[in-house]
Amino acid sequence: MNNSSITISKDNNGEPLWRFLMRELKPKGKWLTPFNIISIPVMILGLAIIAVRFWKGIGSVTNLTQEVPWGLWIGFDVVTGVAFAGGAYVLTFMVYILKIDKYHSIVRVTVLNGFLAYVFYAGALLLDLGRPWNVINPIIGNSFGTSSVLFLVAWHFLLYMIAELIEFSPAIAEWLGARRARKILSGMTVAAVIFGITLSTLHQSGLGALYLMAKEKIHPLWYSEFIPLLFLVSSVFAGLSMVIFEGSISHRVFFDQISEKNHKAQKSILEGLSKICAGAMFAYLFLQILVFIHGKRWDYLDSGMGLWFIVEIAGFVIIPMAMFFFSYRRRNIFLIRVASVLTMAGVILNRLNVTVIGFRWDAATRYIPSWMEITVTLTVIFAEIWIFRWIINRMPVLRESPEWVNKENK
Amino acid sequence: MSIDRRNFFKTLGVAGLTLAAGKSFGAEAGNLKDKGIEFRGILYDSTRCLGCRVCEETCAEAHGLPVPQDELVAGVVRNMTESRRTVINLCTTSKGEVPVKKQCMHCNEPACAAACLTGAMFKTMEGPVIWRGNKCMGCRYCMVSCPFDVPKFEYHSANPKIQKCDLCYDRVIEGKVPACAEACGDALKFGNRRDLISEARKRISENPDSYINQIYGEYVAGGTSFLYIGPAPFDELGLNTELQNSSYPALTKGFLYTVPAVFVLLPSFLLGIHEATKNKKSNNDDENE
Repeated sequence: MNNSSITISKDNNGEPLWRFLMRELKPKGKWLTPFNIISIPVMILGLAIIAVRFWKGIGSVTNLTQEVPWGLWIGFDVVTGVAFAGGAYVLTFMVYILKIDKYHSIVRVTVLNGFLAYVFYAGALLLDLGRPWNVINPIIGNSFGTSSVLFLVAWHFLLYMIAELIEFSPAIAEWLGARRARKILSGMTVAAVIFGITLSTLHQSGLGALYLMAKEKIHPLWYSEFIPLLFLVSSVFAGLSMVIFEGSISHRVFFDQISEKNHKAQKSILEGLSKICAGAMFAYLFLQILVFIHGKRWDYLDSGMGLWFIVEIAGFVIIPMAMFFFSYRRRNIFLIRVASVLTMAGVILNRLNVTVIGFRWDAATRYIPSWMEITVTLTVIFAEIWIFRWIINRMPVLRESPEWVNKENK
Repeated sequence: MSIDRRNFFKTLGVAGLTLAAGKSFGAEAGNLKDKGIEFRGILYDSTRCLGCRVCEETCAEAHGLPVPQDELVAGVVRNMTESRRTVINLCTTSKGEVPVKKQCMHCNEPACAAACLTGAMFKTMEGPVIWRGNKCMGCRYCMVSCPFDVPKFEYHSANPKIQKCDLCYDRVIEGKVPACAEACGDALKFGNRRDLISEARKRISENPDSYINQIYGEYVAGGTSFLYIGPAPFDELGLNTELQNSSYPALTKGFLYTVPAVFVLLPSFLLGIHEATKNKKSNNDDENE
């Protein structure tokens, strides 16, 4: 580390590291943006609610019941949030394993997004734990519940966060000007990618496998032994739709950071992603139909929940799938964006149908999240966006790496 | 029963873990196993139950919970709560009003224990499924998984506990009878599960007109340590008859068994593609990104 701090001083005109970090910590740009005006009050309120939650118990801020012990914080923040973070493993697979260079320019931002999603959604998980001081038990090894799917998911979250941090670390090294560290860290990228993809396939499906034991509690239209596989396949297009959506916003908000070349490349990237989305959604739809016919589920359709199932599959899988197919043939970027938003809505709907809406759909008292649960969820999302923005404005994520990186590569 | 037990641990693949966890219970648990001690359980005979609710009362007193004060009304379902580990309901059935007790079923292969990632929910050698607060992180996955909706969570506490019947484990390892069974006149019989099943069969065959020829708990959810016999079909007694007869942890077995396979095969596969797609240019890329 001694070595890297010398390098830092050199790159930052002899400035010590701590002074550089202090300067970087300060906000850049305008304060009174519309996003800040909305997010700051929500986050303050959210923090107050979190304080109440730790003081008076989970029941004081949530509407959870004895029948429905997992609500919005698990069903949306964790289960849905992690599906949206799936873009990172799909893109790293394409770029580092298949060597499709076209997507290279968006890998960093996607990995950053994935990493932050895991950090914040695992954080949201802590809020939902009744006895969070025991959270280290399954980690340090004094109580291993190895037969538990949740044990697997918890470990995978932890390990995957580390893998994604390693994948992203060259950007941090470039920001600090740590040449030596960057060289070492980027040498670890492929190993981290292979490890990360393996972890992702297992815990994306593992999130679905969590619900396998709740056989009679989930509406039969959403329960099958194939939940893990359906979750895994849908995480591909969930993640990529998020990449399309986030990319479209980033290209407006952080316009000045993106090079001319990458601006031009964006169209072809989006078309490629929409093609993959369409394919993955077709596979998903096919699986859903197989499960439906194999499970002889026709009779369930003739009910409120049956109609809701048709809405999910027809409105939020078939229609966006058709839009993705159509848009890459017609090269219509606007349609791709609409399709990605619809797909994301569909993934939210699907995850909530399994975890909240279809879970104990027959219970006497239905669970409906309280406004406080929703506020805390928004707080988590806003906090993530704040950190995302802070990093984008400082590290070479969207913008090109500093000059010395290219020189060293040659 | 010892076969059941062995199977259970084999299924979960936690034999080693159990030995490690067993240590905290002292040598006693180990000795019990050597002696071939079987799963203990309770046979509940609702034809003999008077609905006097003395079991509710003693249970509350034994576990420091408030004694329920509400009235018993026929047809009104009272549920277990975070301050009520067992309840008596008066069910309106085709055979008239029948009192039915509810509490943890103490499954042979409990979904809650398989779900628990810290081993806080634990199937003891003696049969009771217990909750260990020093391990629990309050994730409530046991509640999601339990097919009988038994574990209850203290939502309004900053130091919440999971409340559920533990078959008075402390008393059982001392060789005593659970508080409810001790207080009850004739409806609750404590003993080895195998003996209880024989006893239930005997009662049914001696009095075939008073009973439905079935034992709830013999097969449901892979078999439970709490067994029911009664005069009316079990769904009329408020027991869930939709549940599967095989064990619930087995539902996740398939998934868990694929994990090691994926962990070995997928990285090799990915590494293979990575090597295959390597060329001079992209090789350069790897090292520098």
